[in-house]
Amino acid sequence: MVLFASACGGDGGDSGSDGGSAGGALEGRGPITFATGKDTSGNLTNQVAAWNSQHPDEKVTVSELPESADAQRQQMVQNAQNKQDSFSVLNLDVVWTAEFAANRWVVELPQDQFPSLGNAIPATVETAKYRDKLYAVPITSDGGLLYYRKDLLDKAGVQAPTTWAEMQAACQKVKALPEGKSLNCYAGQFEKYEGLTVNFSEAVNSAGGVVVGKDGKPNVDTPEALAGLETLTNGFSTGEIPKAAITYKEEEGRRAFQEGNLIFHRNWPYVYALAGKTDGSSKIAGKFAVAPLPGKDGAGVSTLGGHNYAISAFAKNKATAADFIKFMASEERQRANVEKTSQAPTWASLYDDAALQKQFPYLTPLKASIEKAQPRPTVVKYGDVTAAIQEAAYDALTNKKPPKQALTDLQTKLSSLITN
Amino acid sequence: MSASAPVADRPVNKAPKSGKQRRHDEGTGKLAAILLSPTMLVLGLVVLFPIVMALRESLFQAGGVDPETGFVNEGSTFVGLKNYADIFSGPTGERFWNAFYNTTFFTVTCVILETILGVAMALVMHKAFKGRAIVRASILVPWAIPTVVSALLWKWIFQADGAANAIIGRQILWSTEGWQSVLSVIVADTWKTAPFIGLLVLAGLQTIPADVYEAAKVDGASAWQQFVRITLPLVKPALLVAVLFRMLDTLRIFDLPFVLVGPRKESVETLSMLAYDEAFNTRYGPAAAYATILFIYVAVVAFAFVKLLGADVLGDAVQKKKNNNKGKRVRKAPAGVPEAGLASGGGA
Repeated sequence: MVLFASACGGDGGDSGSDGGSAGGALEGRGPITFATGKDTSGNLTNQVAAWNSQHPDEKVTVSELPESADAQRQQMVQNAQNKQDSFSVLNLDVVWTAEFAANRWVVELPQDQFPSLGNAIPATVETAKYRDKLYAVPITSDGGLLYYRKDLLDKAGVQAPTTWAEMQAACQKVKALPEGKSLNCYAGQFEKYEGLTVNFSEAVNSAGGVVVGKDGKPNVDTPEALAGLETLTNGFSTGEIPKAAITYKEEEGRRAFQEGNLIFHRNWPYVYALAGKTDGSSKIAGKFAVAPLPGKDGAGVSTLGGHNYAISAFAKNKATAADFIKFMASEERQRANVEKTSQAPTWASLYDDAALQKQFPYLTPLKASIEKAQPRPTVVKYGDVTAAIQEAAYDALTNKKPPKQALTDLQTKLSSLITN
Repeated sequence: MSASAPVADRPVNKAPKSGKQRRHDEGTGKLAAILLSPTMLVLGLVVLFPIVMALRESLFQAGGVDPETGFVNEGSTFVGLKNYADIFSGPTGERFWNAFYNTTFFTVTCVILETILGVAMALVMHKAFKGRAIVRASILVPWAIPTVVSALLWKWIFQADGAANAIIGRQILWSTEGWQSVLSVIVADTWKTAPFIGLLVLAGLQTIPADVYEAAKVDGASAWQQFVRITLPLVKPALLVAVLFRMLDTLRIFDLPFVLVGPRKESVETLSMLAYDEAFNTRYGPAAAYATILFIYVAVVAFAFVKLLGADVLGDAVQKKKNNNKGKRVRKAPAGVPEAGLASGGGA
């Protein structure tokens, strides 16, 4: 058993309070590897090629992990537990930051060495921190959007809703139209998986509640949280949310929206390009638009998604790894990535760029969504926390438990899991 | 394991001969041991070593988070049987027994259905008719598809807007909690593995000589009588091996419920899924404890099956030897060893 972090880790595990202790850790130059999930956009090769052409002695090799997030995390965890140096830079989902930092699998980063953080949307930088120390650099972000059938809303003479009540009213008006009769009002992602945690948190936050408070303590047994959860359970019981939505993940929901069965649909930005395809795969191309998520008394609060890049504690050439992360976080690379993949950038000014806005009309509502977005709980045992949240939300949505009971039980469970 | 020569049994005047005999025997034993040692070494490395490591792992727990620094304490501590005790206590206990019940229920129902269907398939494949080759090939397709792929296929079929609901004409939400999710797993598992039983039974059918049936026909036996009195008894050894293999497989079922219905769904959670869940959250000690319990369960079932039904997994030879070689030496060890080996094969 190795009881001390290896010397090259240098993550100040013993002092902890010394903010600059990580500064000296980023040493060594040479070839590095970049572990990332399957690159579905195909643009990563271009990004890495741009780096490799400028740094022939510090080439980056991409090691592509599986497409599923769980499988990616598993491989990175195994790699770290065996203290292997085969991954230098890790592409981490925002909810893994705490686990990787607490286990000292990634090194702390000196904030002064990453000036680009100042240009990122503040909410995204928060996801890269654990106990107020920086462990990663935000590269892509993600926020929920409300997709809606603009053609039907226009016909019914209503604007995009900003509150749940407005959304219900708009839905009634659309359903009064002959072509709106058979449609369902709304769906998100309610299958028992990570997406349910996202949707539940959004409902709770948009009603003014919290799942885990600013002080890191769970506080989910509140009237606000109950109002949020009841919005979803009532949606199911009145039929505004179709029964089948309990089986929806992102793709099932997207299909239902593209088939023209939904008036409103909560999903991620990636749907925009697919739903707008004019090759016949989408029946609603050109008939929809996006808005920020609605809330109880005003604009809603999205759950923050996205990916951060971190440096493995067992990597050899940490200085190169840091430079590569800076390179990927630069405005030029961020812009190139948006143009090619339509993934949400972290660089704030890109959202206001006229050329990009023309190409991606959802950038303005997306920025509003991300700026207000709430991160999911930053806890080491995130897997257990999200499982508990899913359990409670699913029980409430399937009428196994009344919402109040589900939240009370969830509070108890979370209190035992999060002992900060 | 070495058989001690029962010298006392032998008449004294034959001592020289028996001495020779004994030396010859001992030599064979030694030679056999030497020749088998590489195999045993490999088996020890790939079967025994992981089992022992898993057992050891199940007695440890990883460090928790230090509230001061926020870092996870490195290294793991020896906790004895605590991981096992935790499994049976409180909410975890309820979850465990639920998973235990699901695992057992899946095993019993799936194996019964698969056996009936598999035997029927074998009988069809065994008949001589036009297009037999195509029927044989098509029956084997499900078995040829990797389970995860077939799980995905069935997932599409069982989607809310999938083929199953289109055929039924009602919207059943197959992946939600309840009987329908259990049914979907049973259907998918049966579809996939009935051909396996069919294949093994077909092999058994083809060893039955045709003249047995001809004699039965002459005696005026009906088709049903032929099936019950001739086919089943003669195909029994092959069938029992097939059923045993399926039982060991189904006890470890993971991929179908995981992909079709999803993780942490009470209706279909199995023991393998519990072990996976713990390992996924980097709690390797409890995960190893779950795996060990499952391993023991599989071993017990396999042993009971072999003992009760006399599944002839060891081949005829040993049985015959047992019956004919009264007073001869080799007895217990060979009968026990392959059983143990088989059980660990099922669990590993």
